[in-house]
Amino acid sequence: MKPISKVSGRMAPLDRADVDTDQIIPKQFLKRIERTGYGPFMFFDWRAGGDFVLDKPEHQGATVLVTGSNFGCGSSREHATWAIRDAGYKAIIASSFADIFRGNSYKTGLLTVTLPESQVRHLLDLATEDPTAEVTVDLESQVVRGEGFEYRFEIDSFARQCLLKGLDDIALFEQHGSNIEEYESHRPAWLPSVK
Amino acid sequence: MPSFVPRTLAQKLWDSHVVRSHAGEPDLLYVDLHLVHEVTSPQAFEGLRIAGRSVRRPDLTLATMDHNVPTRGGVKAADELSRRQMELLKENCEREGIPLYQVGSRRQGIVHVIGPELGLTQPGMTIVCGDSHTSTHGAFGALAFGIGTSEVEIVLATQCLPQKRLGDLAVTVEGELPRGVTAKDVVLGLIGRTGIQQGQGHLVEYRGSAIRALSMEGRMTVCNMTIEWGAKAGMVAPDDTTFSYLEGRPHAPRGLEWEVAVDYWRSLATDEGASFDGEIKIDAAQLEPYVTWGTNPGQVVPITGRVPAPHSEPDERALAYMDLRPGTAMEDISIERVFIGSCTNARLEDLRAAAAVIAGRKVHAGVRAMVVPGSTSVKLAAEKEGLDEVFKAAGFEWRNAGCSMCLGMNPDILAPGERCASTSNRNFEGRQGAGGRTHLVSPPMAAAAAIMGRLVDVRDLIARS
Repeated sequence: MKPISKVSGRMAPLDRADVDTDQIIPKQFLKRIERTGYGPFMFFDWRAGGDFVLDKPEHQGATVLVTGSNFGCGSSREHATWAIRDAGYKAIIASSFADIFRGNSYKTGLLTVTLPESQVRHLLDLATEDPTAEVTVDLESQVVRGEGFEYRFEIDSFARQCLLKGLDDIALFEQHGSNIEEYESHRPAWLPSVK
Repeated sequence: MPSFVPRTLAQKLWDSHVVRSHAGEPDLLYVDLHLVHEVTSPQAFEGLRIAGRSVRRPDLTLATMDHNVPTRGGVKAADELSRRQMELLKENCEREGIPLYQVGSRRQGIVHVIGPELGLTQPGMTIVCGDSHTSTHGAFGALAFGIGTSEVEIVLATQCLPQKRLGDLAVTVEGELPRGVTAKDVVLGLIGRTGIQQGQGHLVEYRGSAIRALSMEGRMTVCNMTIEWGAKAGMVAPDDTTFSYLEGRPHAPRGLEWEVAVDYWRSLATDEGASFDGEIKIDAAQLEPYVTWGTNPGQVVPITGRVPAPHSEPDERALAYMDLRPGTAMEDISIERVFIGSCTNARLEDLRAAAAVIAGRKVHAGVRAMVVPGSTSVKLAAEKEGLDEVFKAAGFEWRNAGCSMCLGMNPDILAPGERCASTSNRNFEGRQGAGGRTHLVSPPMAAAAAIMGRLVDVRDLIARS
């Protein structure tokens, strides 16, 4: 994973709460066996309806997705975070995220930023009124800044470190092989094996 | 001397699986059972292979095919991509030595149905799967939750998962469920009150006399939909109902090991004095059969209710998508399709409950109704007691096991605009097919809708029979 410390760019406003992962990437695209190439299928059904906000010319090239609360609820499909990444977004700002989606985002190298509802509202309005407005999501100093504002955000310190350093989780936890062996040596004998 | 610190069930399960704990890092939890299916695993296996890693514990990893399998017409998937995905799972399992119950096997079925029926899901375990409805297994007093594909890869490689500690919520349901009210209605009624966000960042314990009175099947239904109100895992403390369900199942402990296990399992209850971060109390007697009107499971009303006036932007969008007008009586909504299936409601007890409503009646003209058993074993058991004949005589299609129209990855989908009474778990836009409209209900309510051709209060049909 590439390290991320800062994302700067224009915002795309998706002013909807409770966006579920079935909308982000509909089921028919989960049949793909690749980890990339999902961008064209992001919000497939909503885009097919025409006049979808993310398809508006003024929001092309945006790198920060701003959206409503409980973003990414529902299915655990990591394909949802792959699709958003593949469509060119590098950060998502919302007032809350579904737990599994947030975890998947970190693994995908997508920065999820939680801000209070009023600040998210400001960003949604700003992106709608002035699509050229730029923001910087600064992971190092934990702020979202733009012209005339600076919003501090909290993020899990471990996730932050992994993103900043671009750490591969598996290598990280393989280091604890002796802890794992130690734990395994004490597991009760009656626990089931699938064999 | 350390004093006794009362703990919740969730805390006990967590503590007993910590492999490594370090300040500023997530806990590293050991995984007792990793369930794998064809859709969320290919990229994880590929990642392993590229890195030259192998599966650490194939003996604690079980695979099945469920998401995109055909439910009729043989074992071959309808489309090339599904076939390739199923073939790839087979190759990956062969290479890594992971047992696989593929289509055609007597043990194949929805991953959350076969784990419990094989006795692999046991109290005190940690269970993960690349599927959000893994919360189902919490019904046994296990810590079970869904994970993403990158996490699937981590578990394959290390049999562990880094997890940040979560808060604890209690849902206490006291009293007796009225006639015609099922476990599905308990959880739909709950989500109607909490909305779909309240559970975020929490593990949930379901408690109280109404939960204790539920069968294992009912508890699985409740835990299954925990994710639908945003919580990561739901659980019920194990008791005699749990033990008698498990005893004698293929992977359950036997003999002396059974005695030792049960002794331990009895300790898996929340201690007196342990505190939760919040508690939601529900009076079972106040619950009714519920039906969703919108496009998330929190948009739900009693069947005796009406389509509500919109209170928010998601409400307005949902009404437009569902083509419903505020004030319409739920019982006046006609349906064209009925789906009895999914990891929420396709176990034997669910099929029995639906069949009891259907027996001697006919599916309404213009309704296409289908039953998709949760597993091949459920299908065979149902056929043994003649339930298939009840469904077929009424005009239902009787299919093979799989996820089917719960998420429509196989040809079982709604046509645009079609309206369906479904026993599944998600009424999201397009979930059962692009443009399809889903109303979530219990199995008896789905059966009643099939007969009447509209959403209907099953209590009226039970009263007449």
